[in-house]
Amino acid sequence: MDLPAEAPTPMFQNYELDIAYDEMFAADGTTRAHYDGIYRLLLELTPEEYQQRKNAADVTFLNQGITFTVYGHDEGTERIFPYDLIPRIITHSEWDTIERGLIQRITALNLFLHDIYHEGRILQQNIVPRDLVYTCKHYRRQMKGVQVQKDVYTAVVGTDLVRVAGGQFVVLEDNLRVPSGVSYMLSNRHLMKYVFPRIFGQYGVRPIDDYGQKLLSTLRSLAPKRRDDPTIVLLTPGVYNSAYFEHTFLARQMGIQLVEGRDLLAHDNVLYMRTSAGLKRVDVIYRRVDDDFLDPLAFRGDSILGVAGLLNVYRAGNVVLANAIGTGIADDKAVYSYVPDIIKYYLGEDAILPNVETYRMTDDKSRSYVLQNLETLVVKAVGESGGYGMLIGPHSTAQEREEFKRRIEADPRNYIAQPTLALSRAPCLFDSGVEARSIDLRPYILYDGDKVSIVPGGLTRVALRRGSLVVNSSQGGGSKDTWVLNA
Amino acid sequence: MTMLSRVADTLYWMSRYLERAEHTARLLDLHLHLMLDQSAADPQARWDRLFASLHLSQPPADMHESYAITRWLTLDIYNDSSILACISAARENARHVREQISSEMWEHINRLYFEIKRHDLTPVWYDQPHELYRAVKEGVHLFQGITDSTMSNGEGWNFIQVGRYVERASTLAQLIDTHFQHFANIPLNQTITDDFLEWVSLLKCCTAYEAYCKVYTAEIRPDRIAEYLIFNSDFPHTIRFSVDWIYQGLQSIANITESKRAKHVNRLAGKLHALLDYSSVDEILAAGLHEYLEAVQTQCGQIHNAIYSAYIIYPADDFI
Repeated sequence: MDLPAEAPTPMFQNYELDIAYDEMFAADGTTRAHYDGIYRLLLELTPEEYQQRKNAADVTFLNQGITFTVYGHDEGTERIFPYDLIPRIITHSEWDTIERGLIQRITALNLFLHDIYHEGRILQQNIVPRDLVYTCKHYRRQMKGVQVQKDVYTAVVGTDLVRVAGGQFVVLEDNLRVPSGVSYMLSNRHLMKYVFPRIFGQYGVRPIDDYGQKLLSTLRSLAPKRRDDPTIVLLTPGVYNSAYFEHTFLARQMGIQLVEGRDLLAHDNVLYMRTSAGLKRVDVIYRRVDDDFLDPLAFRGDSILGVAGLLNVYRAGNVVLANAIGTGIADDKAVYSYVPDIIKYYLGEDAILPNVETYRMTDDKSRSYVLQNLETLVVKAVGESGGYGMLIGPHSTAQEREEFKRRIEADPRNYIAQPTLALSRAPCLFDSGVEARSIDLRPYILYDGDKVSIVPGGLTRVALRRGSLVVNSSQGGGSKDTWVLNA
Repeated sequence: MTMLSRVADTLYWMSRYLERAEHTARLLDLHLHLMLDQSAADPQARWDRLFASLHLSQPPADMHESYAITRWLTLDIYNDSSILACISAARENARHVREQISSEMWEHINRLYFEIKRHDLTPVWYDQPHELYRAVKEGVHLFQGITDSTMSNGEGWNFIQVGRYVERASTLAQLIDTHFQHFANIPLNQTITDDFLEWVSLLKCCTAYEAYCKVYTAEIRPDRIAEYLIFNSDFPHTIRFSVDWIYQGLQSIANITESKRAKHVNRLAGKLHALLDYSSVDEILAAGLHEYLEAVQTQCGQIHNAIYSAYIIYPADDFI
């Protein structure tokens, strides 16, 4: 399909439309109204201007140190996190649906987590099968009956949405453990305001810059009740973690200490950090360390990233962890397939944001269908994230399909399958002009026990390689700024 | 603003490693220079003396010739005492506290590391051996300047100062001691005629030759050199100057942290300060320079340990 004749510019000569939903152009090739300003800007952009803005952007990123380290190459080479200069635009009404849908979803998932670690009503009524929960590797029996501050299990969430062919947003997966990427959302915005100030001003974009303060006040409101001026820290696995840049970024934005496990010490069910002025009590931990590594006495004994005795301090109510321990059960991909039922059960509502159709491999009929149709489906391991343990049917070899067939038959509980989605595409700017690329959206959701709030926007990830569906940065993915419009 | 003990520790060591790299670079530079002038003299004995000045045990057994030893001391990353290893360790420390230092500091130390690392000694050795050492010295000086002008002069900055001067005071004491022991049999209060270059070189190892001449003229006398390098309070590469800064830096840290554990370390710093305040060169030359310099080194070690037990790895019971 071609673009209308009014666009004779070489800028768009490589732009392709097909069955995937295009964010900028309607199916008949006309520009969607909310992209009109950007479209006109791109038509007028000369190659020199483009280079100039691109250079300005590169320099800004480098100077701010918004980079990630590539190991194995030239030792310690730092690369700029790949980004694209054309913003992804979401209208007011589209955002309204996303926002309501996510509030509903996160509210229900918190109730679910509380329920399965207490009475287990939803299991008794067999809405969610009991064995599914107890066989999940992220289920933490240590959390059974533990009183979690304000019943907030997931204070910080990043849920991945994609837009399917009809234009509808659907939920691809929830990240209820330690979602990352928010620093790139903030950096992208900073960059766009710097590189395209005029058009940004004209568009009426809802601000996201106060995310740091909002995160801080969420953490503060979760502090143990008796503590007037709570000490809040960010717990990082350390400098070798791939998200370390984000940890330093957020700690700085919130003005809190960035601590490692070895800075902390549990004594008499109280948690302290070692400072040069002596031990200082810690009340709230925004932890970016996985459950497994938090406390060698309770979880993996070989972890040196955590704090011995932390779980006991936590159970005694003397420290709050955000997120709580054991939340991974609710983003297990097999449990995911029950989320519409979970929403219905706790809230009596239908899910506003639908799931992607999901085949459970424990179901005999679904499994035999999947095994016969592997070349058209996507298979995922239930406990993985970040694009690991996946088979993308249409891009797979016969050998890989055989391998997955074997794995599914050996351990059906550990896999689900979904149809291959045509992710929506958005315009991206390359040296050769504007081309369409697949994108997703990860909004960042905060829950302080009273209210679920969502920063308007999120991280739009882009598969920068032509024809690719993989948006992960390790595999040629990048990101772009996400504009949610005021009206 | 609270500072984590780990951060204090890291800043302190970052600074010590840089100081050590610069000190080693200066000594090696002058050592190679002296070898040019005195090609007849026994090179092995000279190397032994350099190793003693740096407080190092001997190089690996298979290294006899100067090129190999120079390479080992300069660019061998597997030798913990090499210049490159020290700069690398300083950079690693800086990397761990990247959010605590200014981005200018980080960028500079990162650049310095890559600049030194890319050197291959062979062309340097045959062409311009001193270029490399100059780059190290300049790089470290620049880092100090950048630190002073881009970092808030608070607790972290004071840990950096203390680290630098603890390292400097003890390495200076070792250097002076080794030198005077080697020339133990000459009259100390007469102008040097033999081995003139050796004594000038000692001053130059402390970048103090020009400054010395301004005070005492170019008449080189061992007792004056000792007096200058130990007791001068205005020149940055003297023991007295270093100890003044250790004392001040620790006072500032104690004031900022209001730590109850500061008393012991401050007492030790005050004691060393007084040792330098209330001795004279004639006295110590008469009573034994070696013993005196050894006392300085021992006390530096005690201060180091006391910094640890006051601010970094203190027993938890004291606070609970």
